[in-house]
Parts: sequence; structure tokens; C-alpha cells
Amino acid sequence: MSDPARAAAPRGSGFWADTLHRVVRNRAAVVGGTVVVLFIAVALFAPVLSPYDPLKGRLGERLRAPSGAHWLGTDELGRDVLSRVLHGARITVQIQLAAVGLALAVGAALGLAAGYIGRWVDQLIMRLMDILMAFPGIFLALAIIAALGTGLGNVIIAAGIFLVPQFARVVRASVLTLKDMEFVQAARALGQGDFAIVFRYLLPNSLAPIIVQTSLRMATVLLTASGLSFLGLGVQPPSPEWGAMLSNARSYMITAPHVAMIPGLAIALVVLGFNLLGDGLRDSLDPRLRE
Amino acid sequence: MIAYITRRLLLIAPVLLGVSIGSFALLQLVPGDPAMILAGQEATEEVLTRIRHEHGLDQPVPVQFLVYLRNAVRGNLGISIQSRQPVATLIAQRFPFTLRLAFLAILVSAALGVVAGIVAATRRNSMLDLAALLGSLVGISLPIFWLGLLMMLVFSVRLQWFPAGGSGTATHLVLPALVLGASSSAVIARMTRASMLEVLRQDYVRTARAKGLREQIVIYRHALKNAMIPILTVFGLEFGYNLGGAVLTETVFSLPGLGRLIVEGIFARDYPVVQGAMLVVATTFVLVNLLTDIAYAFFDPRIRYE
Repeated sequence: MSDPARAAAPRGSGFWADTLHRVVRNRAAVVGGTVVVLFIAVALFAPVLSPYDPLKGRLGERLRAPSGAHWLGTDELGRDVLSRVLHGARITVQIQLAAVGLALAVGAALGLAAGYIGRWVDQLIMRLMDILMAFPGIFLALAIIAALGTGLGNVIIAAGIFLVPQFARVVRASVLTLKDMEFVQAARALGQGDFAIVFRYLLPNSLAPIIVQTSLRMATVLLTASGLSFLGLGVQPPSPEWGAMLSNARSYMITAPHVAMIPGLAIALVVLGFNLLGDGLRDSLDPRLRE
Repeated sequence: MIAYITRRLLLIAPVLLGVSIGSFALLQLVPGDPAMILAGQEATEEVLTRIRHEHGLDQPVPVQFLVYLRNAVRGNLGISIQSRQPVATLIAQRFPFTLRLAFLAILVSAALGVVAGIVAATRRNSMLDLAALLGSLVGISLPIFWLGLLMMLVFSVRLQWFPAGGSGTATHLVLPALVLGASSSAVIARMTRASMLEVLRQDYVRTARAKGLREQIVIYRHALKNAMIPILTVFGLEFGYNLGGAVLTETVFSLPGLGRLIVEGIFARDYPVVQGAMLVVATTFVLVNLLTDIAYAFFDPRIRYE
């Protein structure tokens, strides 16, 4: 209980101010958050920041090493690697937001239903989640791609469905704990309906674990989606998606390793950023972890 | 213990049934006529009728599923469209390789992860602890395919210590196992640290120290044994993720495993191969988790009575 952040928080500052204070005091959250904000800024302003067209190359300038004209060199078609990595951030953000949004919406709904209604509904939903999770790692996404085909939209669906069980489990666990708490019991005793209880009490109080999961899963989605593209089963070239860029560049690994290394480094940095942010948020938002 | 195992077996039965429905449904979900998918776009109506009959596609879907399930239980997973070989034979050729790779990766992560976790927990808040924490965060953040290419570039191309790809000798497996084990090591290091910290707080550890036992004995004989129990389940889960990661690792190092079989199957629209491989992978994963759960209950009797 001798948490320095808590002691330092001004008295009577309120829940959100207090929370923000704790998050800002967490070094991991700040470093991760900075990386994430920079990444989103790059995605937003890629057209302004990019020195060249990401899709147009000059065949006379193929596989150039980093130089003053091309800070990160050029690829096998003479395209500027920096411009491609910057534009790749846009595609990545799209995939992440859409896939995590999908997983969050479906997963939270299923988790709420399972946890709140309980009994056979809970059994049915959780067994379904068990079945989805029986396809380990990237296999579930591969199965979905096998059925639907490749491309940006299907990558989003595949990566999204892959994460549904994670969100469902987190929300269900949170609802199960909250359901029996006194303030929920009191609300029920005062005649509040199920709808009000779910949306006024259960969901808002589950926000902390949901936010933490969202940050961590943004990282997982990026690894899954770029993995699919690397296999040639995701976003297709000439799109500057990072996994697809890396896959193309494999053939030139020995003569021009930078073309493959740079998109991979971008993936690693962004994933690390979201992981740090998620970890930091968990440490600062989850009161049970505070000692 | 027997009651616990029976209960667990009853729980996985619906999951395995669901998994088989899932892999069966794969062909149904593909847009278009399944017979045309199996026979190819240019097939004549005659051929399509024959294919429909041969594969039972003229039967109602539930009947098709029951036939599929009966065949699968008997080890008949259909015939590959591309190579005309039984899918079961193809899987039997490729799966042992992937299993070995995933197992080696688990060994790597057990060695690296558990040691790093113990060091971090026993020297809490030291520089070593911080280094282990940061290292594990980086470990779970690196894309497997990128780490694979990086290792290949450094250890195969530049230093020429290991072959860059292919299979055959033990040296061919060193880099793939290290690459695949990296992210599991990170997960296991974090789990070990958390679990050790939890155990080191317990009264019996204080008692052991109060008795004047050497710190080494307290940590390795008293604390570690109990701390390892929750880590067991993580090994089961990580084994599954390594099967998934093997798809990427096999692609990077051009290894003849099940992952490549699936990816090539998807490219060639060889659905019987994809269905069969998915079914085998998911069943393996479910069974590995069952085994780790049973091991968990064996080492920690409290679990059995929950």
C-alpha cells in the first residue's frame, strides 16, 4: 500500500485523474505509449513524410544501399524503402484497428453473455471458444485464409476471429467477478434491469482489463497479419505491407540485406511498443497487482 | 486421480468433435461447388458427377460429415488433389519433422526461460532482473520470420557456422530450434519469475531459511519444485504455439515439415491436405494440453478436487 504514485496523487483528484497519474508514473507505459503515438502519427502523415512514391521505382536504382538520396536504400524494383515502410504503417494500422475492433466487439459480446447469463449459454460459448483455440497459433488464421482466400479484407477477418476467444475469456472472467459484488447486487435489488446492469455496471468496470487486452492484442494482430503476408497468404504485393515487403526481399538477402531487415525491424518496434504499453497499463490499472 | 482424468476426457470430447466439424466445414466454406474445387475448373459435367459420387458430395451435408468423421477415425483423411497420394501418408511423412522441431524449441525455451526466470526472481529489482524482463519483452516482440532471416544472415551467411536451410543433419535444426524457441523462452521466463516470486513468499520457504539451510538448497530444492508446477501448463500451451510458429520457421529455413505442407496445400487449393493437416494439428494440441493438465493434477493434488 506504499505506492508512490498513489501517495503523490493530489487528494480528491477523482478516479480518471488518479488513473492517468498512475499510468504516467509507469515507465513501460510511457515508453510504449510514445512508440505507439509516433507509429500512429507516421501512419497518418505517411503521404507527407514520404520522399518518394511507395509504388513507383526506378529500375536504374535497384537494391541501393542507404544513402543521402534514399535514407533506407531502394528495393529490387528501385522503390524507396523509407517511403514504403512509412506507407506500410498505414496498412498496418488499418489491419490492427479493424481486426482488434472485430475481435473486441464479438469477443466482448460473447464474454458478457457467457459470464452474465451463465449455465448452458456459458457452456456453449466457452466450448465454442475452446474449439477455436484448439487450432494453435497461426493455424486458425491459416484455416480461415484457406477458406476465404488472400487479401487485406480476409487478413482482417482471419486475424480478428483468431483473437475473439482471448477477448471473450477476459470479459467473461471480469463479469464473473463483478456479478457477485455488492454494488451490482444493490443495483439489482433497486430494480435495475439486465440491460442497465450490463451497460452501466458490468461493462464500465471491465474497461481496465479490456484496455490492457486491446493494447497487447494490437501486437498479436501485427505478428499474425505480417506472418500471413510473409507466407504469401496475406496482403499481396506490390502493397508495402511489412510482411509482404520482407517476403519479397528474401531473394536479395545476401546482396541487399537492408531491404528485408528494415520492414522486420519496423514490425518488431511497433509490436514492442504495444507490448510495453499493454504491460505498463496492466501494472498501473489492475489494483490487484499493486503491492 | 482417475475421476479427474475421466472428467477431463469428457471435456475434450466435444472439443475434438468441434475440431472435426471445423476442418470438415473448411471445404463447405470455400465459395463455389466443392466438386469443381476437387476436380478443377475445366472439369466436364461427367467428371463432376463422378467426383460428387466418389466423395459422397451427392449426399446430405450431415451424412457427408458422418462419413468424413468415420473415415478420419480410421485414419483415412482422403486423397491429395495434387499428388494423388493419401493425405494420411503425406502427413505421416511431414509431421514427425515438425514435432521434433517444436520439441527442440521447447527444450531451448525450458533451458533459457527457466534459468532466466530463476535469476530474475532471486535477484529481484537488480540489473539482471531488469535485463531478463526487457529481454523477454523483446523476445515476444520479434517476428519469428524476421529473427530467422537475421540469424541466417549472421550465422549461416557471414559466420558460416550452420547451414542456411534444408534438412538432414542435426546442424540443420540448430538455428530453426533457437528461432522458434526464442518467444517461448520469453514467455516461460516471465512465468518462472512470477511463479518463483510467489513461492519465495511462502511460509515454508521462510521456515527452510530459518532452519539455516543454504540459499542454494532453499531455492532449488524447496522453492523451484513447487514453482515449476504452474509452469507445466505453459509448456503445453507453448508447444502448441510452436507448432504454429513452425509454419513460419519451416518457410524461412526451407524445411520439409507439416507447416510447409499446409501452406503449399493452400496455394495449390489442395483442400483435403489442408483439412487433414488442420485436424491432425488441432487434435495433437488438444491431447498435449490434456497431458499437461494431467501432469499438473498429478504434481498438485489440489487441482484434482476443484
